[in-house]
Formats: sequence, structure tokens, C-alpha cells
Amino acid sequence: MNRRAPRWLLAVSGVVYAFLHLPLLILMVFSFNDSKFSVEWQGFTFRWYHRLLERPEILHGLKLSLLVGLTATLIATLLGTLLALALGRHRFAGRRAIEGFLYLPIVTPEIVVGISLLILFVLLRLPLGFVTITIAHVAFCISFVVVVVLARLHGMDQHLEEAAMTLGADEMATFWRVTLPQLWPGIFAGALLAFTMSFDDFVITSFVSGSGSSTLPIVVYGMARKTVEPSINAISTIILLVTAVLIYVADRLVRREAGSREVRARDEAA
Amino acid sequence: MSASWHRRVFRWFSHPGIQAWTLLGPGMFWLIVFFLVPILIMLAYSFMPRGIYGGVDPGFTLEHYARFFDPLYLDVLQRTFLWSVACTVVCLLLGYPVAYLIARPGRWRHLLLLLVVLPFWTSFLVRTFAMIFLLRDTGLINDWLLRLGLTREPLTILYTPAAVMVGLVYGFLPFMILPVYASLEKLDSSLLEAAEVLGARPSARFWRVTLPLSMPGVIAGSLLVFIPALGSFLTPDLLGGGKQMMIGNLVQNQFSAARNWPFGSAASFIVMVLVLVAVLIYLRIRGREPAGALL
Amino acid sequence: MSTAIPSPPVVQFIRVTKSFGEIKALNDISFEIYAGEFFSLLGPSGCGKTTTLRLLAGLEQPDEGSGEIRLLGRTVNQARPYERPLSMVFQNYALFPHLSVARNVAFGLEQRKTSRAEIDQRVKRALEMVRLDPDLFGRRMPGQLSGGQRQRVALARALVLEPAILLLDEPLGAIDLKLRKDMQLELKALNKQLGTTFIYVTHDQEEALTMSDRIGVMENARLAQLGTPAEVYENPRTAFVASFIGESNFFQGHATKDSRGEWTARGPGLSFRVPDNPQLENGSEVRVAVRPEWMDLCRPDEVPGAENAVIGTIGDIIYLGETIHVVVSVPQVGKVKVAVRNEGQLLKPLAWKRGEPVAVVWLPEECQVLEAG
Repeated sequence: MNRRAPRWLLAVSGVVYAFLHLPLLILMVFSFNDSKFSVEWQGFTFRWYHRLLERPEILHGLKLSLLVGLTATLIATLLGTLLALALGRHRFAGRRAIEGFLYLPIVTPEIVVGISLLILFVLLRLPLGFVTITIAHVAFCISFVVVVVLARLHGMDQHLEEAAMTLGADEMATFWRVTLPQLWPGIFAGALLAFTMSFDDFVITSFVSGSGSSTLPIVVYGMARKTVEPSINAISTIILLVTAVLIYVADRLVRREAGSREVRARDEAA
Repeated sequence: MSASWHRRVFRWFSHPGIQAWTLLGPGMFWLIVFFLVPILIMLAYSFMPRGIYGGVDPGFTLEHYARFFDPLYLDVLQRTFLWSVACTVVCLLLGYPVAYLIARPGRWRHLLLLLVVLPFWTSFLVRTFAMIFLLRDTGLINDWLLRLGLTREPLTILYTPAAVMVGLVYGFLPFMILPVYASLEKLDSSLLEAAEVLGARPSARFWRVTLPLSMPGVIAGSLLVFIPALGSFLTPDLLGGGKQMMIGNLVQNQFSAARNWPFGSAASFIVMVLVLVAVLIYLRIRGREPAGALL
Repeated sequence: MSTAIPSPPVVQFIRVTKSFGEIKALNDISFEIYAGEFFSLLGPSGCGKTTTLRLLAGLEQPDEGSGEIRLLGRTVNQARPYERPLSMVFQNYALFPHLSVARNVAFGLEQRKTSRAEIDQRVKRALEMVRLDPDLFGRRMPGQLSGGQRQRVALARALVLEPAILLLDEPLGAIDLKLRKDMQLELKALNKQLGTTFIYVTHDQEEALTMSDRIGVMENARLAQLGTPAEVYENPRTAFVASFIGESNFFQGHATKDSRGEWTARGPGLSFRVPDNPQLENGSEVRVAVRPEWMDLCRPDEVPGAENAVIGTIGDIIYLGETIHVVVSVPQVGKVKVAVRNEGQLLKPLAWKRGEPVAVVWLPEECQVLEAG
């Protein structure tokens, strides 16, 4: 195998990476541009960020997105973790079928999920708003939590729980003292993932939110269709950074080894 | 004693299956009621005649599905299919080299992977808007073209099929890179060394050893791009301006302006079927597990 | 070697069957283990030995309606692992990665709500017992230990609870040879010192012979033979046991009884005397095993009258250091392997060369009549 990568390979890859990242970087850079219409650089400013604070719909959108996000994340993480535990630690009839079924929300186009839920809510005469949005978000987040937690569970040594039981710990004690400490990074990563998906969702939310409630993405969508001014760049930048941080943390959690310094320190303090 | 009540409960639970179903219950309930049932209702709607306000009236009809034989709608189906295929091909051509680069042994691997994964997880809406910012008449690209003197008037890039294609590739490229990388990473380098010893030159080694062995990744990546591309809505909507309709836009239209829920349901169900067929093909080729590695 | 007064068995396996779907992992197995014994379950992979251990631990349940498992006299079929009077050492040690060595060892004691002071004391003693310095190792995490050290921690963790029965699932598999031999002796010493009943699963027959008071040889979901190392090695009951433990030469023939009541086995190319055995019937097929080290070589015309003999030619001569294996080709029978003690090839070389005619001789009493099938 050659030591150095051929130049054409580096060139093509460079172009692709630029393609993936430049648009976003440009977007972020221009959120600081001191010019309302032009894409010419006219100086550095924070005023578009200040403008965001002046727009009530953005603040309302943010508030609603956070509320929905936290609620949906809590429920989805709980339900998803229980599902993962069942799939990962128990043998029962229909397990394969259920595993397959759990992948459906991930592959189903958001359009389909969105309108089918709209149909349901209208049929049930549920007013569209916070409740319906949250229900929808939980529905599509559960599967993501399951995938992450299940992966973590499969990576765990099954014998650990058996060892705990032979040492006198019953199912409850084994779960609290052995399974959970090993599992919680996966659960937390799943939660972060669920929150990110919920926070960023547009398509499904647009169908089930009705005219009254707008989450942040819906507000941004409205701005993307109409506005030209860079405050939309500003809000986009904020969303990007928040999401990037959350995903980075989730990635680190999934990769880390149990038995890290923090865990040990907590252990010895106990 | 309080310690034993839950032991007694667990003994009852120890019966094979009962414990499992208690854990499955809440989650499955939610998914069945708020995912499966709505889709089934939607399916039912697609066979019912349209009501006055755009909803449904009781009855059974195949008219909504029959409408898809209308050239107008066949056009939409065809466009959706062709664009998804085109997007997949472009993603393969651009993504394979990148995956190949990342798969090479080196310390940069994790960083390079992270750089692919990060945009993939950020808001799709924001990423699409970034494209708008670049491509619109008053956007950055036109601004530079004008200033460099390459054009005299702004080029209409936005709201053209080209813009949608760029947007689709931009959105789904990471879905191609990751599975291909996974496949290449597992490649045993001793196979290539053996080929070299047997006299194969670099290009022959690629075409006859690397590429065939990375096929599972190529297939996985292709389906992971093709399937969501079929159901695309945001990209053709924002970058196509409503003029380049894919099925996703058709569906959305029926639930807003056109007010024809049963027809929209039929269109929606067709997308669903296309997606499921593609998934089944993927599973058949892959063997057992669908691509669960999203992080 | 066996005790004069039989004490009640601490473990009883009574006609247990265990299936996984269509496959029977255990087929009607019964045995008893006595207090303080070092008992090994020996067999190739897939024979059911680990399944037996897991059934004892309560990690698996016997098939519905099939048999009983009793520990210390009580039927435990329905009992969960944490309700059984035993501890277990797992094949890959199963140390809790998020807990330090000391916390790992203390796990079971903490579960029993033992006082902190007592826990510290017992953990210290347990680590010393497995020859790990508590001050040096107590605070370390499992990830920082070598395989052998983890092994000892797993042992300490199990023994600190002073169980009546200790289960060990191939604990020495991942350890290199020299250390393994040392640990075998240590385990044996611990067994005698503590009086705990050890039940040990292994596929290594040498290991089983070295450490055990009794061995249960398993093949294909069944118990092939149960006995002391000497019984299992010197009186193998089936062809499987005869070849799985050590090596054996196999001979086949028809049994005939002569006027003096002595049995002879006759087959194509051979005729030899066999000791009396309840299985023998006039005219029945008989299969016999003879271990290479019970055989000797001599010139075809110098065969001692009282011994069995087959005549053949010398084939390969394999030098193994302590012994020399001589493979003799016997017409109509096949290859017979004879193990001869090496008395120093440089000073006193073997008298035989390839191609020479030779007689392989052995005493009739050393024929092991094997069970049919």
C-alpha cells in the first residue's frame, strides 16, 4: 500500500469536504455581516443577533421548541430504554418482528408520518398544538433511542449481570448496580439524539402544529421563504452550534469506556 | 418485608416472556397508536371518495390511485424516481473517494469521520437554507460571478432542477460515505498485498479486489441515499420553489392548498410502498440487520 | 482415595434434560458430588459441560418436567441464582469495569449489607488468599490488570462469600501455559484449605487429571464416564473416553470363551486374550482399547507366552523428549502406536529401525473392554 495518498484522491476529497462544510461556514460568517441586503462584506457586527431578541416570534418559537424537546425527550428516552432492555436482554416470540418494526419510523418518509398523524388528530378532534407536537415527536424519536441504547447493551458483557446474580444480587439490584452504570452513557446519548431530532424537526411538526403554535424550525422556515436580512443567518448559526455541541457530546459518550476517571472518583467517594 | 415484595413480583415476572412484554408494553403502545394506526387510517382514506371540504366521505373507490396514470402525475412519479437515482449516482461518485481516503490507516481517521458526521446531524432546514443563501439571485455565488466579471446578469440557479439536485446530493452525501467507509475499513490489506505479489497494478487491484469487496457498503450506501431521496420534501420545496415537484411536495400540496386528503393519502402511500420495497431489497441483499449504526 | 463413611452429597443432578429449541444440550444426566470434592466436568466443546454448570448456578432452567437439581439437600429447580448457596467464576472473569478491584470483591458482601469494617477485613483477607497485595491492587480498575490478575480477583470475589460450592467455568483458558500450571496447583490447594466444594469445567484433560478428585467425562449431551482420574484413565469405559483422555489403540474382534473360561478376541489378523468382563457373550462383537504406554516392543520370535501380541513392521518413529512413539503397521489391523520410554537416544539409542519386523506385546489384563456403541 502506498504511503501517501494519490493527489487526485486528496483533491476530490477536499472538494467534497468543502462542499459539505463551506455553505454552513459561509452562512455563519455572514451572520456577522454589517449589511442588510448585500452579500458583500461590510464589517463585523452582532446586530443581527440583537435583532433576534427583538422578534417575539423567534423567542416564542425557541421556548416552544425547548418545551417540546425536553418533554418529548424524557418520554421517548424512557420508552425507548425499556424497549431496548426488552430486546437486548430477553428472549421472546416475535422479537425479530418487533426489531424490524422499530426500524420503520426511521425509514418512513417524514411526509408520511406527518400527514398520517394529522389525519389521526383530526379524526380524534384533538386541537393541534403542544400536545400533538409532543406526541408526534415522541413517536419518531423512540426508535432512535432504541438503536443507540441497544447498541450499547449489545456491547456490554452479558456475563456481568449473571456474575452479579451469582454474587447475591437479585434482578432489581443487578439492574441498579451493574446494568445501569454501564448503560447510562448510551441512554444519555440516546436522549441527546432524541432532543436534537426533536429540536430540528420541521416537516412532521409543520403538519401537526396547526396555525397557533410555531416551533423554532417553523419560524425559520417562514423566514427562509420571505426574509432576506441576515438575522436568519444568525438564528441558523445558533441552531447549528447548539446541535453540533449536543452531537459532539453524544459521540463522546458513546465512545467512552466505563471506568473513567469521573466514575472512579465517584466510586471511591461513596 | 419490603425487600421481598418485589422478589415475589419478579418471580412472577420470571415466566419467560412476561417480563419482556411489560418492558415492551408502553413503547409498543405508543408506536402502534401514534405511528402504525395513523398510517393504516391513511391507507383507508386513500380508498375513500373525497368529501366536500377535502376530507373523506364513506365509500370505496380506486379513483385516487387511478389518477396516477394521468401524465401529470406520472411525470411527478417519474421525476421523483429519476432524481433519486441521479442523486444516488452522484453521491456514489463523490462519496466513494472520500470513504476510500478515510479508510486508509492513519491518525486522521476519527477526525475525518467526525467532519462527515457533523453536518449530517445538524438541522436539515438550516443546511437547506445555507444552499439558498448561496444559490439565490442575490446570493453569494451570483455575487462572485458578477464581480469576477464572468456573467453580466445574475444566473437563475435557485428554483431550477439543478438546484434541487445539488440540494439532494448535499443532504444525502454522508449517508453514502459512512456505509462505504465501514465496508472498506473491514478490507483485509493482506488481500491487496497478495494481489500485488501476483502481479496486479494499482488500478487492477482496485477494480478487481477493492471494489468488489466493498460492494456491500456500496449497496448499503446507495439504498440509504435512494430511500430518503424518494420521500424528499424540504429540498424540492425550498430549492425548487414549488415548480419542481417530487412526490413529497405533491402530498404536502394535497393537504394544504389542493385540499384533497384522500388523494394525498394515496400519493403518500405510494411513497411508502416504494420505500418499503427498497428496504426489503436492501434487507435481502444485506442478509439480516438493517443499517442501525446511525451514530 | 475415597472416604470410608459416605456423607450426603452436596450436589445432586437427577435425570436432567435441557434443550435449546430442537437441540438437546443435556440428555438425561445424573450425578452426585460430595462435600469438599474437586469435581471436574470434562469434554470437548458442545458436550454440555458449561450448560450443566449454568443449570447448577440457576442461569438456565431444566426442561419442564425433566428431573431435579438439589443443592445441600434442597431442590432448587425454581431458585434464582442469588438464592443458591454458591458462587461462580466466569470464563472471561466478568469483573465489573466500573468498580475498583476492592469494590468488585466487596460486591457480594455489600449486597448482604455486611458492616463496612467487616467488609474491609474480609476483602483484605480474600485478596491475600489469592496472593494479590490489597494495598497495591485494591484501588486499581479491572482494565489496568493483566489476565492472570483479573483471574485472581474473580476468584477472590467468589470466595470472599465463603460459599459451600464454587463453580468455575474454564477459568484458566486465557492464561499462558506456565502461569496456568501454577494456578492449577493453587486452586487445588485452596480447595483443600477451605473445604469448599469445587466444580470445575474444562476441555483440557491434563488439567482435569491434575486437579480433580473425580472427573465426569461428557460427550454429546451425555455423561460418558464418572470416576477418579485413575479410574477414568486406566479403565476407560467407552471408545470416546479412551481417546479423549490420553491416547489409545483400538482393536475389534469376536469374543469366544474357551474350556478354561478364558476369553479370546479373534479378528482379521489378530487373536488376543481379554480379561473377564460382564459384557462379554460368546460370539459377540468386542472392542478393546490398549494405551500406547502399556505396550512394548520385542522381536517376533521372542514374544513372552503370557502376553498378547500382534506382528508388524516399524513405521514412523516420533521423538517426543520424555517418550518415543513408535508407529507399527500391522497387516489387516492398521497402525498401532507404542510409547517407549526414552532412555537417552544419544547414549542408548532405540534398537529398532524403520521397516524391521517387530512384535507389539501387552498384558491381557491391560485390555480395556469398551462399551458397545
